Amino acid sequence: MAEEVEAATNGNQQSADLLKELVAHLSANRTNLRQEWARRIGEARLLTALTPEEIFNEATSVYDNYVEVLETGLVEALQDYARNLSERIIPRGVETDEVLGIVLLLRDVLARSLFQKYQQDFAYLNKVLDAYEPAANRIANTVAINFVQERERVIRQQQEAIRELSTPVLQVRERLLILPIIGVLDGQRARQLTEQLLRGIRANRARVVVIDITGVPTIDSTVANHLVQTVDASRLMGASVIITGLSPEIAQTLVTLGVDLSKVNAIGDLQGGIEEAERLLGYQVSLGEGAADESR
Amino acid sequence: MTVPILKQGPFLIATIQAALTDTDVLRLQEDVMQQVTRHRSRGIVVDVTALDVMDSFVSRSLRGIAMMTRLRGASTVIVGIQPEVAFAMVQLGMSFEDVQTALDLEEGLALLQARREPGDGAG
Repeated sequence: MAEEVEAATNGNQQSADLLKELVAHLSANRTNLRQEWARRIGEARLLTALTPEEIFNEATSVYDNYVEVLETGLVEALQDYARNLSERIIPRGVETDEVLGIVLLLRDVLARSLFQKYQQDFAYLNKVLDAYEPAANRIANTVAINFVQERERVIRQQQEAIRELSTPVLQVRERLLILPIIGVLDGQRARQLTEQLLRGIRANRARVVVIDITGVPTIDSTVANHLVQTVDASRLMGASVIITGLSPEIAQTLVTLGVDLSKVNAIGDLQGGIEEAERLLGYQVSLGEGAADESR
Repeated sequence: MTVPILKQGPFLIATIQAALTDTDVLRLQEDVMQQVTRHRSRGIVVDVTALDVMDSFVSRSLRGIAMMTRLRGASTVIVGIQPEVAFAMVQLGMSFEDVQTALDLEEGLALLQARREPGDGAG
């Protein structure tokens, strides 16, 4: 038992020594290996969005971080760097396969240099690789995962932004709201629309709401029924809803599908909808004197 | 918990202040009918702002109040339905089609006033 423990400790000790040797080797050949790596990145046509100088600078930082991780076994600094790098290069259109590609290239470049150095002593080379491979794989993993996580974070943020932009509730007159909807309405968006509309009615004390769906290419029966429910719910809150801009195609589809729109107040275009809303609210719009003169 | 019913000119205002048990709801119906008869009211505003859920019994009873008061010549307006409540009601198929609704107490009273004025002559 004690022997086994000792053997294991010996093994660990040995692998730590090997890593130390490895780090010394990599530090000694920093310039060469870095250049070799940058050359191979260029050859493989990776990171084409960056200039050669930028690639070389990033290569240097990654290389130093890489050696540091091998030396200390701590990936935190590399994680931070990878996140920071991803933040900088994602907006420039760098793809996941490119990032994976360069990290794997670095691994290969370093492994080659090890082969070269220890080619005389195959048994020793094996041991060196035993120490090197797990550490190198872990590094590749860390960089790739951080890149993907950063990408996903960006995507989530953008989805959030799109979602917020997608259902604006605008007040055009006292007690009159307009909801212009553009793009495909799916279940999730329709739910969000309802929520925003009902909140908007409350916040703006609206009495008439015009929902304009000119920019909606198609509607399925689920979404149509959801719209009808929204109209009903708005009425419960004391607001009447006018739907405008139902395209001829959508109108045909809805009737063919048998959606009951008899309770919905629909008007052809947004202009007509606003005029009707103004009538409901008791507004009277007339041309001013100046405008009348000009039109003459 | 009973629902206070206040008299405001020709109208009555019943403000529900907390979730109601079925007994409370029936009591409210009864009270409203008595008050309508006693004050010869022309309209009732039932304020449900404080309710964050409305079950089918409560909504059916509120609709009942609207039907009953109509028979005494008074119209009922339900006001203050919360956005979440409104959508939940519609999804459950309780869309209050024959009941008047308004955003809040002020709107509800304005609605009743507007109904009254044309027939009133003097205003």
